[in-house]
Amino acid sequence: MKFGIVVFPGTWSERDTHHAVNGVLGQAAEYIWHGDETLGQYDAIIIPGGFSYGDFLRAGAIARFSPVMEAVRQFADKGGPVLGICNGFQVLCESGLLPGVLMRNEHLEFRCIWTDLKVENDSTMFTSKATTGETLHIPMSHGEGNYQADHATIDQLEGNGQIVLRYADSSGKVTPDINPNGSINNIAGIVNGRGNVMGMMPHPEKASEKLIGGDDGNVIFNSLIESFAASLA
Amino acid sequence: MPVSQETLDEIALSRDEYEAIVDRLGREPEPLELGLFGALWSEHCGYKHTKALLRTLPSSSDRLLVAPGAENAGVVDLGDGLSVCFKIESHNHPSAVEPFEGAATGVGGIIRDIFAMGARPIALLNSLRFGQPDNARTRYLLNGVIGGISSYGNCIGIPDVGGEIFFSDTYKGNPLVNAMCVGLIEDGKIASASAKEPGDLLMLVGADTGRDGIHGASGLASRAFEEQAEMRSAVQVGNPFLEKVLIEACLEALDLPGVVGLQDCGAAGITSAAIEMAERSVMGLKLLIDEVPRREEGMTPYEVMLSESQERMLLAVTPGQEGPVFDLFEKWDLDATIIGNFELGENVRIYDGGVEITSTPVITLTDAPEYKFTGVKPEWLTKLQNADLSANPIPSQSPADMLLKILASPNIASRFPIYRQYDYHVQTNTVVEPGGDAAVLRLKGSKRGIALSTDCNGRICYLDPEIGTAIAVAEACRNLSVTGATPVALTDGLNFGNPETPDVQFQLSESIAGMSRAAEAFKIPIVSGNASLYNQSQGTDIFPTPIIGSLGLLEDVEKHSTAGFKSKGDVIVLIGTDSTWDDINGLAGSEYLDFIHDKVEGQPKLDIDLEIRTQAACRKAINQELIASAHDVSDGGVAVAIAESAVIGEIGASINSAPGERWDAAMFGETQSRIIVSVKTENLAALESITTANNVPSIVIGCVGGNTLTFGDAISLPLDDVDYAWKNGFIRATSD
Repeated sequence: MKFGIVVFPGTWSERDTHHAVNGVLGQAAEYIWHGDETLGQYDAIIIPGGFSYGDFLRAGAIARFSPVMEAVRQFADKGGPVLGICNGFQVLCESGLLPGVLMRNEHLEFRCIWTDLKVENDSTMFTSKATTGETLHIPMSHGEGNYQADHATIDQLEGNGQIVLRYADSSGKVTPDINPNGSINNIAGIVNGRGNVMGMMPHPEKASEKLIGGDDGNVIFNSLIESFAASLA
Repeated sequence: MPVSQETLDEIALSRDEYEAIVDRLGREPEPLELGLFGALWSEHCGYKHTKALLRTLPSSSDRLLVAPGAENAGVVDLGDGLSVCFKIESHNHPSAVEPFEGAATGVGGIIRDIFAMGARPIALLNSLRFGQPDNARTRYLLNGVIGGISSYGNCIGIPDVGGEIFFSDTYKGNPLVNAMCVGLIEDGKIASASAKEPGDLLMLVGADTGRDGIHGASGLASRAFEEQAEMRSAVQVGNPFLEKVLIEACLEALDLPGVVGLQDCGAAGITSAAIEMAERSVMGLKLLIDEVPRREEGMTPYEVMLSESQERMLLAVTPGQEGPVFDLFEKWDLDATIIGNFELGENVRIYDGGVEITSTPVITLTDAPEYKFTGVKPEWLTKLQNADLSANPIPSQSPADMLLKILASPNIASRFPIYRQYDYHVQTNTVVEPGGDAAVLRLKGSKRGIALSTDCNGRICYLDPEIGTAIAVAEACRNLSVTGATPVALTDGLNFGNPETPDVQFQLSESIAGMSRAAEAFKIPIVSGNASLYNQSQGTDIFPTPIIGSLGLLEDVEKHSTAGFKSKGDVIVLIGTDSTWDDINGLAGSEYLDFIHDKVEGQPKLDIDLEIRTQAACRKAINQELIASAHDVSDGGVAVAIAESAVIGEIGASINSAPGERWDAAMFGETQSRIIVSVKTENLAALESITTANNVPSIVIGCVGGNTLTFGDAISLPLDDVDYAWKNGFIRATSD
């Protein structure tokens, strides 16, 4: 399987993501420069974390205008898997590929902590290797991860099983106390209606090996790898 | 016409120094030249009061690939084709004036020093000092500095993995903000901050030049500070996004054949950067000042030369090969401009509009005067050292209440509320996160890892600058050894008061002597350094604060140890001593004595040979995988160290003996060279044979388990209470 990893000026998780999918999981991976207007042959696109354009104006607000984003939209329209991590999630929301917005953390501070994420839907191509109800131990690192949307959108996301990950305690209990940034309904990750575009604030690539604190993040990447293999079969 | 005192004051040169310039030039300097001298002969760039002392520091090692001083930072070989460079830089006075931007640009500045070496920055640490956090001003400074570090470091994608924060009113009006950056160099591709041939082009890349930071080096950093509180315009403003792009572009540029040299623009801007390059290249330099892109109209050549605008770098480029360099910077949307060239000759010649406006010998500019001195021990110090520590009354509170109070105190409580604002995971190398004794990073593509720490106890250095600085070295190394890493190199960040006073001269010379003695005993070099002088608060010099940054090597990073207790039934052993509890002498300079009795007194002690043997024994035991946990005994003494190991490990501990009558000294004394380890029962004999073979005393003091912390019949505290005190102390101390 071949991953394409989009690089904007200010992106910093591209090397970590490359290491996780290629170095650890042995898949092909290439960087895609934000100025490219067309995509090469990729089986999945990852928009990694960082501070594209320094988060000037609003996180992701400038990156959405990069030429590559039109190509990413076309890739997604054809059903190709697109995963936005942290700043990538923000870019996907700003681009309209996912609903809602990511506001400043409610407490107004940057937060770098390990989180436990309750898997709410294991039938997506990003979570097929997980089981609904289980928790994934994955770190987050952001100042603007407070997911918000209007009631109708939230109802729709909840009703359609589009909320994939929620901040929980290690036993999987979802409580306001454990919410690290003020996200509505403890939302940490969502998919679009078609299920092929996912955004998540925590960083699965930062949990790719036991040596650095855990490898639960690989569940996300391995799910993509599995669904790709299934699509070939 | 003789220069006015006002002019000299503005650039912080003395009348004698001015006379020396006239003497060496054989004429009066031009106004622009005088500005160059002011910058290059500033304490910050010229190291006038420290150069002679720094020369005495040990600087040789088999592992050194680039010697200290030869480039922007020394380079240490780690094997497997990997090498690292690291350095500390202070941004104290800018942070006192404008804490957010002062701290942010301090981080930005040290990062540029590191990638100028061709190294990819892989870690940041911060060593911070503030006044007591019980007032609005200190909290403003604290929040500003943390915010600035967080904002800059997080945006740029370099993990912030460690450091220290210490509160004492000695730093009230003059906080210390020292940032350390570590860079990784692969395949020996070390960049040099010099040109190769006469004719090489000098290219300025990155940000445009504005009026910010003019006189930062000569003004803010190099003279008595409190008179200068109005110098807010001398503080630069940072743009981490631009610096992030600059890192990527510069590291990519070094792979181009035409790029022969790379240099950062830091203190004193283009003046210092370009002229140092010329000096290092042993060449002259022709500088076309009107070519420098500006962000403001009407800037004079003087302002352009002395601007400290951030996020700028200089490249030396082979003529004819600049095309691909321009293309690369254009790809990254960065400006690149040729602003001159190196040439045969000895002078730096500055041109404005095609006309030569100055021509000055490079060597005259860079050869700042050196002030030599030997200090005399002040009488007040002897009195403090000889204080009768036993005259301090035993507190009326219970030992348990006192332990909770100390655990919640600003200098002891968990720093998690701070470092959770820093990204410490990015680059996915962090094996031991901040909060332990030292951070541990793996090196991708190798079994090896590195450990990093900073340390300095200003209180102890105040009481004995020689021994105190030796202790800073010992502790910075002990922090590494308890992870299993072997110390391989040090860097220093000297923070002292006014060097023109006898007391500070004594502190400086003694401190460097102690650093030198300890580093030689450990057989490790000091590969880089920084000096910040004139740190004073309310007219009083700060405690001498020679911050030591340490780098350790783990041959197999999987075999590292951490501070928290692990499993029920493990035996707790104190190594480096044969008694569980400390004695009255351990109170010298201790946190307890300062926090509870409001006293800084006593004679600190260090047995350097015992220290080295103890650390070696600890490393050996970790390496043989005998150890379940290891934690340095430092601020707050053995009681605090045990409590920390318990809370971090989320498991209780029971210590066999009670701390006795003088329980305060027993529990909170800070005698050096002690490490708390826990081991499985079956490994105890093997551990003891290692300590015996290394001639290191040790004592079994208790065992791990349960959900209480028990010290004989003197203390029995629920672990939850201990946990609450330690974890919530910092927020309560800084915001209640």
